[in-house]
Amino acid sequence: MITKRIIPCLDVRNGRVVKGINFEGIQDVADPVEMARFYNESGADELVFYDITASVEERALFSDILVDVASQIFIPLTVGGGINTLDDFDRVLKCGADKVSVNSGAIRNPDLIEQGAKKYGDQCVVLSMDIKRVDGVFKLFSKGGRENTGIDALQWAVDGVNRGAGELVVNSIDTDGVKDGFDLELLDEIAARVSVPIIASGGAGKMEDFSELFQHPGIDAGLAASIFHFKEIDIRDLKQYLRKAGVEVRL
Amino acid sequence: MIAVIDYGVGNLFSLTASLKFLGAETIVTNKKEDILAADRIILPGVGAFEDAIAKLRATGLVETIIEETRRGKPLLGICLGMQLLFETSYEYGKHQGLGLIKGEIASIEEDLPKRPDGEKLKVPHIGWNSLNLKGSDPLFKYIKEGDYVYYVHSFYGKNCLENTIASSNYDIEITGAVRSGSVYGTQFHPEKSGNVGLNILRAFIEL
Repeated sequence: MITKRIIPCLDVRNGRVVKGINFEGIQDVADPVEMARFYNESGADELVFYDITASVEERALFSDILVDVASQIFIPLTVGGGINTLDDFDRVLKCGADKVSVNSGAIRNPDLIEQGAKKYGDQCVVLSMDIKRVDGVFKLFSKGGRENTGIDALQWAVDGVNRGAGELVVNSIDTDGVKDGFDLELLDEIAARVSVPIIASGGAGKMEDFSELFQHPGIDAGLAASIFHFKEIDIRDLKQYLRKAGVEVRL
Repeated sequence: MIAVIDYGVGNLFSLTASLKFLGAETIVTNKKEDILAADRIILPGVGAFEDAIAKLRATGLVETIIEETRRGKPLLGICLGMQLLFETSYEYGKHQGLGLIKGEIASIEEDLPKRPDGEKLKVPHIGWNSLNLKGSDPLFKYIKEGDYVYYVHSFYGKNCLENTIASSNYDIEITGAVRSGSVYGTQFHPEKSGNVGLNILRAFIEL
């Protein structure tokens, strides 16, 4: 049967993985290629690279890194960060990305989802959403979670799927960094409304958080960054734990 | 040398990179002489059947490809490239394929049963699924029963049991890989399936 997916996320700036400095077990602790190789060997099901660069020069460096990773690591790669136009899709796909994650670019121009889906297929377009409760209502935030767009997040998820998003990354700002579990209330609300795969993000602190997550129907994958980078959780250990808990995983 | 057929469908980065990683000499081409000169052929593909078969026919290469496989040259169709090998596809209408594999391409969604909760599994069938191998084909000499491969698709091969060499379970039996003589196809993406996928490509290179 199909497995639940475990996905580490790597934020890359100026050719290095941000927050990767305490990473053990590999030689160059912040080299994206080394980290990608390490995660591939430890059983990661996909990798997500976020380009958090600020300049054109750094962006070119990011592209070079992506080519390096995609030439050596043969599992699905998703790339996000700075995707605002179809040219941005084209640029990262030519460098070896399999899926393109849109966030703020799709908020500014929702047609971007449709255009990307039409040109490259639904499976290629991942809609990533930063969501926070405001007065008890789930609101969509932009610019890395700094700005409240005022948009109803649940409606945005439904609209995004209707426009052609093939997967959703649901990142809860409320649980992000708290390490007390995923935002199951939010995830359930979204799972009840859409039928595309949902990747949960924000809040994972221990292995039990993942087994609890996968008991909720409609959740296909768990994404995390620092708990994997800092080796608080080893992906292979996590998968063995999940398999014992009755969750189908790739080992 | 491996000829990867270039007919304007899909992103070939991972496929060519994985072949290069395995040390195979590869040419991405739409030229007849390259296909004749190559010792094996890969037919990739992502997208919709109707558009892809039209583009493939427009290259004028179909007869050459079929002729070469009849002479025993190994061919591997991947994902939509596998589906094109079938006789017929029912993806948005009825379309004729290359007829190298007996069977048809049908909608996963229409064939999925309802689960006890009243819901069906999601379509596309996307992610890692385990392979059930039928017999011991040389394509699988470096992998084992239950190994995981990566799928992304909404349509699948059916009524092709005599040509099926591997399948995966998704409430229905999803055709994972097919073979008729020197013609092979995989619904999953070996170039995205980690070490298992590399080992399948390696076996293809050694056929």
